[in-house]
Amino acid sequence: MAESHAHHAHEPQDAHGHGGDHGHGHPELPFWRKYIFSIDHKVIGVQYAVSALVFLFFGFCLMALMRYQLAYPSTPLNFLNGIFGERRWQSGFMTPDFYNELGAMHGTIMVFLAIVPVLVGGFGNFVLPLQIGAPDMAFPKLNMMSYWVYVPGGLIMLASFFTQQGAAASGWTAYAPLSVIAKNGETLWLLGMVFLITSSLLGSINFIVTVAHMRARGLSMFRLPFFVWAQLVTSFLLLLAFPPLEAAAVLQLMDRVAGTSFFLPSGLVVSGSALQVAGGGNPLLWQHLFWFLAHPEVYVLILPALGIVSEVIANNIRKPLWGYRTLVYSTIFLGFMSFVVWAHHMFMTGMGTTMSTFFQATTMIISIPSVIILTCLLLSLWGARIRYTVPMLFALAFLPMFGIGGLTGLPLGLTTSDIHLHDTYYVIGHFHYVVAPGTIFAVFAGIYYWFPKVTGRKLNDFLGKLHFWPSLIFINMVFMPMFFQGMAGVSRRLYDQTQYHSGSGVHTLTQISSWGAWLLGLAQLPFIYNFFASIFVGQKVSDNPWNATTLEWAAPSPPPHGNFAAEPVVHRGPYEYSVPGAAQDFSPQHIA
Amino acid sequence: MTMGLPCEVKAHPITGIYNGKFAVWLFLASEVMLFGALFSALVLLRAGAASWPHGYTVLNVPIGTLNTFVLISSSVTMVMAWASLKVHDFAKGRQYLLWTFLLAALFLGLKLALEYYPKFQAGHTPGHDNFYGTYFVLTGLHGLHVVGGMIVIGYFLWPGAHLWHENPEHYTNRIECTGLYWHFVDLVWIFLFPTLYLL
Repeated sequence: MAESHAHHAHEPQDAHGHGGDHGHGHPELPFWRKYIFSIDHKVIGVQYAVSALVFLFFGFCLMALMRYQLAYPSTPLNFLNGIFGERRWQSGFMTPDFYNELGAMHGTIMVFLAIVPVLVGGFGNFVLPLQIGAPDMAFPKLNMMSYWVYVPGGLIMLASFFTQQGAAASGWTAYAPLSVIAKNGETLWLLGMVFLITSSLLGSINFIVTVAHMRARGLSMFRLPFFVWAQLVTSFLLLLAFPPLEAAAVLQLMDRVAGTSFFLPSGLVVSGSALQVAGGGNPLLWQHLFWFLAHPEVYVLILPALGIVSEVIANNIRKPLWGYRTLVYSTIFLGFMSFVVWAHHMFMTGMGTTMSTFFQATTMIISIPSVIILTCLLLSLWGARIRYTVPMLFALAFLPMFGIGGLTGLPLGLTTSDIHLHDTYYVIGHFHYVVAPGTIFAVFAGIYYWFPKVTGRKLNDFLGKLHFWPSLIFINMVFMPMFFQGMAGVSRRLYDQTQYHSGSGVHTLTQISSWGAWLLGLAQLPFIYNFFASIFVGQKVSDNPWNATTLEWAAPSPPPHGNFAAEPVVHRGPYEYSVPGAAQDFSPQHIA
Repeated sequence: MTMGLPCEVKAHPITGIYNGKFAVWLFLASEVMLFGALFSALVLLRAGAASWPHGYTVLNVPIGTLNTFVLISSSVTMVMAWASLKVHDFAKGRQYLLWTFLLAALFLGLKLALEYYPKFQAGHTPGHDNFYGTYFVLTGLHGLHVVGGMIVIGYFLWPGAHLWHENPEHYTNRIECTGLYWHFVDLVWIFLFPTLYLL
C-alpha cells in the first residue's frame, strides 16, 4: 500500500476525465470504475458536489419562474404555453397547481438534493479525509453506495414533474392531511425521500467512523480543524434525526397507498364529500415527526458552512482562530440542543401553551451557542492583517448575512411575536438569510478555497470578484424586502399576492425581490464560466497556494489515490499562523 | 483498491473496536430512532383514540408467544455461531448460522401463515383502523428487518463463506456484526410483543 502511494505521488495527475499514463506496473482501473462507480473519496466528493450544484441551479430556476408569477400575476407570457403544456401553463399564465409544485419542489430540492449533498457529500467527502491525514474514508464502498442511492432519490424527485398529475405540491414540509389527499407526485416525493434518507444514513456512519478511527498519528481531537468537528456533529444529527422522518414517510406512504389513517382525523371532508377512511389519525403527529428531523436539519445546513468559513477565515487572517475550543464546545452543545427545539415551528398549531413555553425556552437557549460561534469568528478578525482573497470575501460576507438570518429568527422563536409573523414572508426571509447568503456563500467560499486542491489550478480572481460583489448586492435585494412584506402580513404560500390587501399594498417590494432574483441568476454567469474554464486554463498553482496549515495542503494537488506520499504525522494544532519566532507566517501541522 | 485501511479487521487502540463494529453500533442507534419514532406514533395515536382494543382480545397471543421463543432461540444460535468461529470451528459455526437462518424463516412463516393471512381473510387490513394500521406497520417493518437479517446470514452461509478461508478473523468479525444487528431485531420484537399483543 505504501509503495503504491509513493508511486502515485510522483505521477503527473490528470484531473479532467481520462486516466493519464497507464501501465506503470500497476493495473489502472477502467474509466467507469475510476470516475463513475469510484470508491475514492475525492472522486465521490466531486461527484456529489457537481450533482448538487446542478440541483442547486435547477432549484434556482424553479424559483425564478415562481418569482415571475409573484411579480407580474396579470402579465401573460404566451410563449411558455407550448413549452410547459396545458396542465402547467394556460393562456399565458402559470396554473396555481404548477405554482404549488414549483414551491414544494424548490424547497425539497434545495434542502435535500443541493445544500446537504454539497456540504456533507461534496466538501465533507473531499476535504475531511485529507484534513485528518487518512488515505480514504473508513468504508469506501459504502461511500460509493451512499452517492448512488442519492442519485436515484434525486431522479425520482425530478421524474415526478413529468408524471401526468405533476410533482408534489404540498410544500417541502408535506403537511398532512393535505399531502395525504394530494396527487400522485406526493407518493414519488415520499419514495425519493426514503432513498435520500438512506443515502445520508450511510454517509453519516462513514464520517463518524472515519473521524474516530482514521486520524493521522498525533492528530488528537483538539488538533482537528474546526471543519472536521462541524462535519462530525453534523453526521450525528443526520444519523439520529433522519430516522424519524423515515418513520413519518413510511406512515404517510401507508396512508396514501394502503388506506390507513395515521394522519387523517375522523370526519375529514374533501371537496364537499366525506373521506372514506377509518379516521382517528392525528395531523399534528406528522408535524412532530417531520420537524424532529427538520430542525436538526437546519443545523445540518449551517454547521458545515460554519466549518468552511472558519477554515477560510483562519487562513486569511494569518493568526489563530479566536476561541477554538469554545467553537468546538458550542458546536457540540448546539448539536444536542437541536433535538429539543423542533416544535417552535408549531406554535400556531394549537398544541398548547405549556408545550409552546418549553420550546420557546429551548429555542432561546440554542441561540446562545450560535451567537458564541459567530462572535468567535468576528473576534478572530480583530487586529488581523486580512488577505482579501475571493474565498475570504465570501466568508466575510457570510458573517453579517448569517447574523441577520439568526437574529431575525428570535421574534419567530418567541411565541407572542410568532403569532403575527408565522407563515409570512418574514419566515421566508429569515431562513433564506441563513441558508442562501449564509450557507451558499460559504459553499462559494469553499469552492474558491479548495478548487486548487481538487484541480491543481486556481479560479480566476477578477471573475471571482465579479461574481462576489453583484451576488452580495442582489441576494440582499431578493431577501431584504421579504422582512417588510412579512411584517405587512403577506402570507408565504400565496399564488397571487395582489388579490389580498396585505399583498397589493407592498407589491413593489415583491417586484424588487423578483428582479433581485433574476439579476442574482445573471451574477452567477462569471462563476459558471470561471468554474469550467479554470479546470482547463486556470493558473497552475503549488500544492499549498494559500500558505495554509491544515493537512489537506500537505497532499499533492490533485491528491492521488491514497492521498499522501507518506503517512503524515501531526505535530501541532490546526491554526498556527504567525507563530513568534517561526521562519514563515504559517506552521503546517505535519512539519516538525 | 482499498486493502489495508486502518482498523478494518483489528480493533482501534482507543475505541477498542474495529470499523465495522463501530458502524453497526451507529446504525443501531439510528434504528433506535426509527423504531422509537414509530412507538411514539403508536403511543400518541392510542392516547388520542376514542376506542382502542386490547391487543390480547384481537391478536393471536399463543402464536406471538411461540414466535418470541423462536426469535430468542435464533439469537442464542447466533451467539453460538460467533463463539464457535472464535475458537476456529468453522463447521460448527456454520451449522449454528444455518439454524439461525431456519429459525428466522420459521418466525416469518408463522407470522405470515397464522397471523397476517387470517387477518387479511377477516378483512382486518391496515386500513381497518389505526390499531391494525400500527400493528401492520410495526410488525411489517420488523418483518422486513428479519428478511434483511436472513439475506445477510444467507450471504455469509453461502456466497460469502469463502472469506473464512482467506481471512478467518475478518469473517468472524462480520458474523459478530451480523449478530449485533440480529440481537437488535430480536430486541425490537421483545418490545413489540408486549406493546401490541399484551396491552
